[in-house]
Amino acid sequence: MSVFAIVTNAAAAAAEEAQAHAAEASSAGLPQLDPAWWPSQLFWLAVTFGFLYWLMSSRFLPAIAGAIEERRDRIADDLDQASDFKRQAEDAESAYNQALADAKAKAQSIAADTRAEMDDEIAELQTETDAQLAKQVATAEARIGEMKAAAATKVSEAAAETARAVVETLIDEAPTEEAANRAVADAAARLRG
Amino acid sequence: MYRFRAAGPMEQFEILPIVDLHLGSINISLTNSALWMIIGTGAIIVFFFAATRRAALIPGRLQSAAEIFYEFVSDLVRDTIGPEGRKFFPYVFTLFIWILVSNLFGLFPTIPIPGLPHWLHTFTPTSHLIVTLALATMTISIVIVYGFYKNGLGFFKLFAPSGLPLWLMPLLVLIEVISFLSRPLSLAIRLFANMFAGHVILKLFAGFVVSLLSAGGAVMLFGIAPFFGAVAVTALEFLVAALQAYVFAVLTCIYLNDAVHAADH
Amino acid sequence: MDAEAAKLIGAGLASIPLAGAGVGLGLIFGNFLSGAFRNPSAAAANQPTMLLAFALTEFTGLLGFAIAMIILYTF
Repeated sequence: MSVFAIVTNAAAAAAEEAQAHAAEASSAGLPQLDPAWWPSQLFWLAVTFGFLYWLMSSRFLPAIAGAIEERRDRIADDLDQASDFKRQAEDAESAYNQALADAKAKAQSIAADTRAEMDDEIAELQTETDAQLAKQVATAEARIGEMKAAAATKVSEAAAETARAVVETLIDEAPTEEAANRAVADAAARLRG
Repeated sequence: MYRFRAAGPMEQFEILPIVDLHLGSINISLTNSALWMIIGTGAIIVFFFAATRRAALIPGRLQSAAEIFYEFVSDLVRDTIGPEGRKFFPYVFTLFIWILVSNLFGLFPTIPIPGLPHWLHTFTPTSHLIVTLALATMTISIVIVYGFYKNGLGFFKLFAPSGLPLWLMPLLVLIEVISFLSRPLSLAIRLFANMFAGHVILKLFAGFVVSLLSAGGAVMLFGIAPFFGAVAVTALEFLVAALQAYVFAVLTCIYLNDAVHAADH
Repeated sequence: MDAEAAKLIGAGLASIPLAGAGVGLGLIFGNFLSGAFRNPSAAAANQPTMLLAFALTEFTGLLGFAIAMIILYTF
């Protein structure tokens, strides 16, 4: 006997059994369509469903809704608080920034004041020094001029004397001081050309 | 070999009385269906009781799970109906969680203890048409009652879409009325058929495994394929169980939205 | 024909809508995915609509299933 034959036999046996059961059930009809038990099912459905509905609507659902609502409120509160804190922190930060900016401005103004003061002082000192230096320069220049003039006079005197001495040696006759001076002046004029 | 009581694909849907109860002439016996409704509802109550026992600011594990359910349905209601949907939220939430738990609990395999009475086998209340039909009818009743309460006769505008040529109106009104009337039926049959078909398929696969294993010999190896098939179908059924609860809730919201905004159409 | 055989054939025929439902579901999910890949940001908003379409399409298939069950077990 092949395996398939065995399977077919078993299947046939199963089918037979099922058919027997079907016939058994068929004698009573489908259990769902037996009206004898409908009132009982409806009654117990009404009882259990009604009781469950009453419990749900009066007790369980409000409790769950309350818990969820409470949590939502709490979260919203916490969020509000957090935003409050954030705003406070922001306020503090802006105040700090303001203070910082004020301090900076103050420091800058102080620095500027100091600088201006120092500039004034420096300028004053400079003008003073300049004046002193100018005075010194002027006196020095005056002295140089005097010395120059003195030196020029001495040079022409020396030239005149030298000329007189030269002339005296050459011709043995001393020219007058006046003539010598004139000759030197003429010579000088000629040299200047 | 011990034969379990629920060997065929249909026995799992049988209703078995546990305690006979009568209200007048009406039979309200405690059955296995009722037992699993009570187990499911009890589990939901225990879960939510534990989750909301002390509502903490930082939720624990249970509270987180409960809040996920809450937010999920709450978003669904708000997105579909809008702010007016707030009053329907407990209803949609109860509907969603009740169907979800009924679907899921039915998928737990019965612990195979020989001699375990059949009425203790796992049972899916939502695999019974009358239960899903009752849930669907409840939804549609709320839609109709609230629709007329809120919109008065303007509720009939639901059946007459605006901006259409007049000669098309009778046809469209007819179609809209039929579609409206089919809503509870489609809601009910969808949930029922999904649960029913899923459990039948599970049972068929499991039945194959048992038949092939009892054949003995090399044939037993052929039982491996349906075994993994059964595992895969079980995983799929868990998905379907959650999805159908969601779909039921979404459709409930969409229909309620029609009731709330019928006059705006 | 034997009534039992006719019943079984009818039940089998009644499961044909499953093929249509399968095609429809494939179209819905395929189109949703192609749309979602083009514009992923809009995908989440359209998910309920997609599931609604899925549910409505599935319903047609399940109607066939329900009819098959009714044929098998009630007649």
